[in-house]
Amino acid sequence: MQIQSMHFRPRAAAALADAALQSNLQKFSSTGFTALRARAVADFGAGLFEKLRGEGAAIRDRALASLDAWIERFEAEATRRGATVLFAETREEACDLLLDICRRHGVKKAIKSKSMLSEEAGVNEALEAAGVTPVETDLGEYILQLAGEPPSHIIAPALHKNRGEVADLFEARHRAPRKTDIPLMTREAREVLRGHFLGADLGLSGGNFLIAESGSGVIVTNEGNGRMVTTLPRVHVCLTGIEKVIPTLEDFATLLRLLTRSATGQPISNYVSLFTGPRQAPDRDGPEYMYFVLVDAGRTSLVGGGMQEMLRCIRCGACMNHCPVYRAVGGHAYGWVYPGPMGSVLTPSYVGLENALDLPHAATLCGACSVACPVKIPLPELLRDLREKQVDRGLRPARERLGLRLWAWLALRPRLYALATAAAAAFLRALGGRSGMISRLPFGSEWTRGRFFPAPRSWRTFRSLYAARRR
Amino acid sequence: MRVGLLVTCLVDLMRPSIGFAALKLLEDAGCDVVVPATQTCCGQPGWNSGDRRAARALAEKLIADFEDCPYVVAPSGSCAGMIRTHFPEVFSEDAGMRARAERFGARTYELTEFLAKVAHRPRVSARFDGAVTYHDSCSGLRELGVKTEPRKLLAKVEGLKLVEMEECETCCGFGGTFSIKYGDVSAEMAERKCAHIAASGAQAVVLGDLGCMLNIEGRLRKRGDDTTRVLHVAEVLAGER
Repeated sequence: MQIQSMHFRPRAAAALADAALQSNLQKFSSTGFTALRARAVADFGAGLFEKLRGEGAAIRDRALASLDAWIERFEAEATRRGATVLFAETREEACDLLLDICRRHGVKKAIKSKSMLSEEAGVNEALEAAGVTPVETDLGEYILQLAGEPPSHIIAPALHKNRGEVADLFEARHRAPRKTDIPLMTREAREVLRGHFLGADLGLSGGNFLIAESGSGVIVTNEGNGRMVTTLPRVHVCLTGIEKVIPTLEDFATLLRLLTRSATGQPISNYVSLFTGPRQAPDRDGPEYMYFVLVDAGRTSLVGGGMQEMLRCIRCGACMNHCPVYRAVGGHAYGWVYPGPMGSVLTPSYVGLENALDLPHAATLCGACSVACPVKIPLPELLRDLREKQVDRGLRPARERLGLRLWAWLALRPRLYALATAAAAAFLRALGGRSGMISRLPFGSEWTRGRFFPAPRSWRTFRSLYAARRR
Repeated sequence: MRVGLLVTCLVDLMRPSIGFAALKLLEDAGCDVVVPATQTCCGQPGWNSGDRRAARALAEKLIADFEDCPYVVAPSGSCAGMIRTHFPEVFSEDAGMRARAERFGARTYELTEFLAKVAHRPRVSARFDGAVTYHDSCSGLRELGVKTEPRKLLAKVEGLKLVEMEECETCCGFGGTFSIKYGDVSAEMAERKCAHIAASGAQAVVLGDLGCMLNIEGRLRKRGDDTTRVLHVAEVLAGER
């Protein structure tokens, strides 16, 4: 996917000005996943869920602490069961490995279930360029493929679109009478997709987890497409990140409880598919060939460093669901595959700090994300650490650096500070006039475009009033 | 009980009356309140902007300013959160200072938290006629766990009726420098907060942080609401208005 993360500002502005998007986002905020999660957590027991979050974090930390060893174990177990495990260091290498597989098996058409890594690597573009037709079969991803748009949410990729927009799209692309009844629309998409399912040579899935002790890949889905993608075609490729490995099936059971509740508020998803090697002698279905393409693409650079906790992420989307910035601007504003708080940590980590300067700052550090995170990733702290890295590398604008330096210099000198704030109080109080509201603040148009700036109520600072009172 | 009042830079500059309200509440609770004259700012703008050096210098200064106070109280969850949660991180590479910051953080409180949990005789003799709604500021709520304390204290105010708004725990969009870096996003978040406040039917929104206060009041007035009052919890509890 093309990297647009350096353009957060204009993209956010466009999102705020898009009335249809704003209405879709409002609906998402008020009736969406957060309420469902809250109910699921209450049903589970808030105290127990807290404990479960701790267990989830510990499982992920244990896996990450010996990531290389667990990956080797996974590779050995998966290979023993007949799968081929391949490793890609970069996004480009991931595409190359996939294209090799396509050539080896004479693949003309590939059906896909949801894979965010395929978005990272730009798999669809690579396949098309090589003459292989990729078909997205997750309903949301299918809608976006028809629309030629990237996902705006990691588990509800088309949430920026409403029913009417999808109805228009289906009418134009399916060349069928316009329908606005969701079950009828779904059936129409299903009928179109059925042919692709039966005619595809290769199924490409993501992987929510890789289980080291059994060599299994797992996908957690609500649509039947994932199961068909992983069992119908001759070849199945599971494309996912190397950090998805966890030690045991028991660990998986714990993380699954956390994942579905945090994502959609479900105690369990409609489908949980574990795939362990290709079709074996007594099996009546399943692929003849099975590959795991495990991609690094920046992940190992986080191991052992200050950002390692980010690799705990199990891609539930709770952080963005609870993020008031995400809820205001939507996922496309963030400009790459991963939006919201987790994206604002991952994007600069994977595409370069200098290519996503706004993202770590485009957060109020309100903490709603880290409270919701099923594996307790301290997202606000990581965002703040990235801000510090920007400062250390001299990537912040000169005006901001100068402003901070001046402020700190002054705040370290109480007498001077008292004089400066006394002058500022009187100046701002005068600006406020009779209404007490400043409609245009010098150097503060970012504030006053959408708000007044309430002026000080007093001509004097607390400090000077207090000193006068004591005398 | 000797208490150092951390006035906070925003109260000092923007709303001195809140500082005096906090002072009155602490004195009414039987505290011997000192207000160190050398205090300026806790350093949070530097810390949140990634300027560790500035944050460290100001943290050291604040700890020294309040060195001889057994308790430090601020009418702000944000500043108290900075001290208790983040000061130790500021000194992550200096074990001695880190331990000192942890000890200092353990005796630092947000005002309502201190009144409800520590003060021996929290006395509230105020009166407020009407319905208010409470906005939970992010740092107070999620860094310090302040949730029930302001509500318990407000319940003692004669005539006051508390009505909860939708999403009272959602950020108002202030976020410190966020509000002047991404003004339009920040204002949109404030707008949503204002819509929830309006829908609650309360005559006033009460809160515990100056940043939220300026942001919410600025947006309320801009959207043409000249009647809903925006009050700091200290003002309501001290009955100063």
